[in-house]
Amino acid sequence: MNVVIIDYGAGNIQSIRFALARLGITATLSDDVAIIKNASHVIFPGVGEASSAMEKLRTTGLDKLLPTLTQPVLGICLGMQLMCNNTAEGKTKGLGIFDTDVVRFETKLNVPHMGWNTVSGKGILFQNIDQNSHFYLVHSFYAVPNENMVGACTYDVSFAAALAEDNFFGTQFHPEKSGAVGASLLQNFLAL
Amino acid sequence: MLTKRIIPCLDVKDGRTVKGVNFVSLRDAGDPVELAQRYAQEGADELVFLDISASEEKRKTLAKLVRDVAQAIDIPFTVGGGISSVADVGILLNNGADKVSINSAAVRRPKLIRELAQRFGTQSIVVAIDAKQLNNEWIVHLVGGEVPTERRLFEWAQEAVDNGAGELLFTSMNHDGTKQGFANNALKQLSELVSVPIIASGGAGEMTHFVDTFVEGNADAALAASVFHFKEIGIPELKTYLDQYQIPVR
Repeated sequence: MNVVIIDYGAGNIQSIRFALARLGITATLSDDVAIIKNASHVIFPGVGEASSAMEKLRTTGLDKLLPTLTQPVLGICLGMQLMCNNTAEGKTKGLGIFDTDVVRFETKLNVPHMGWNTVSGKGILFQNIDQNSHFYLVHSFYAVPNENMVGACTYDVSFAAALAEDNFFGTQFHPEKSGAVGASLLQNFLAL
Repeated sequence: MLTKRIIPCLDVKDGRTVKGVNFVSLRDAGDPVELAQRYAQEGADELVFLDISASEEKRKTLAKLVRDVAQAIDIPFTVGGGISSVADVGILLNNGADKVSINSAAVRRPKLIRELAQRFGTQSIVVAIDAKQLNNEWIVHLVGGEVPTERRLFEWAQEAVDNGAGELLFTSMNHDGTKQGFANNALKQLSELVSVPIIASGGAGEMTHFVDTFVEGNADAALAASVFHFKEIGIPELKTYLDQYQIPVR
C-alpha cells in the first residue's frame, strides 16, 4: 500500500499522518504529480480557507490532476468541499467531482458547527459502522445534499457529511479525530 | 444531534500534569500523554492542555508534548498557555494540535486574534477568558488570574468574537476550585451575546453541576480538571448521567 497525503499547505496534515500511523500505515506527503499518480490511495486534507486553498492547487497543477485520478481518493473537510462544484467561501470554483455546491450555515445556532454529531451513513465507507455513530466536525460551510450523498447529518439543516462518486469519496467530518469509528472509516477507505 | 462536550483539562508544567486550586498551590497529577490516552479511551470529547511553565525551554517542550499527544490520541485537542504570536501557533498546529487557546496576549493586543484567524481559520482559535466577579461586575484577569484589567467580561467576549475567535473558554475565578458548580448566569448571558460555542470552566464538583451548566448556563461544552484527574467523576458514568437528563452526549 502506498498512501499519499496531498501536501498543499493546508493545516493539520500531521493529524491524518498520525491516524494512519496508528493503523500501521506510513503515508507520504507530496504535492508532486508523479508521486500522487502512483499512489494506491490519495488523501486530500484541508483545513483553512477555500479560495486560498484552491489557488495553491492551481499553482501546483493539482487542480487538473485530482479529477483525473483513478485510485481511491478521500477528501476530508475542506478537501471534500473543494471537490464540489462551487463553494460560497470566497466565491470559489471547485473541482466539480461531486455535483453539488457548498454554502454557508444560515442558522441561529452557533457557527462554526463544532463538535460530535450523529451521521447516518451508507455504502462501502460506512461498512461495519453503526448507524448514527458520532463523528467530529468543525465547519461553517456545508455541501448541499445531492445524489452523491452517502452520509447525512443535521445541524438545523440537513447536509452532506459524506459524498461518493466512483473512486472519489469525501467526508465533512474528521475521521482522523473521530475516535474508533473514525479509524474504522479510514480502514474501510484503505481496504478499497 | 450535536452533543454537549466533556473536556478534561490538563494543566502542564515542564511536561507534567498539575492542577491548581484557585490558581495557586499546585499538585502533581501525572503524565500528560498517559492521561490524555486514558481520557480519550474513556470517551472524553476533547482535551485541553494549558501550559503553565515559564522556562526558556518552554516552546520546545510544548511542541514535543503536542506531537506526543497527537500521535497517541484520536480526539481533538487544544493547547494554550503563554501563546503570543502567529509563529507560536504555527508550531503547535503543525505538530498536531487542533486548536490553540490564547488569553493574555489577546487582551494586550486584540488584533492578534484577527491575525491568527486569518492565517489558521477561526475554527482553530479559542479565546480563553478568566474573569472574577467584583461588585456585580465581571472583571477580566490576566496571567493565570493574577492581574486584573480594565476589561469587562461581556464587552471583551464580544470583541474577541468580532475579531475572529471561533470559540470562547470562560473560567469564573469565583467558582474555580470551589467544586460548587459553574457560573451559569454569566454563561447564559455569554451564550445569548455571541454566536460561537462556549466552554464552561471552573467549579465542577458533582455530576449534577454538568447538567446545570448545559441546561441553565446553555454551555456547549464543560471543562474540568481535578474531578477527572483524581477520579472523583468518571467520564463514562458522567455521560450516562447526562443521558438520563436528556442531554445529548456521545
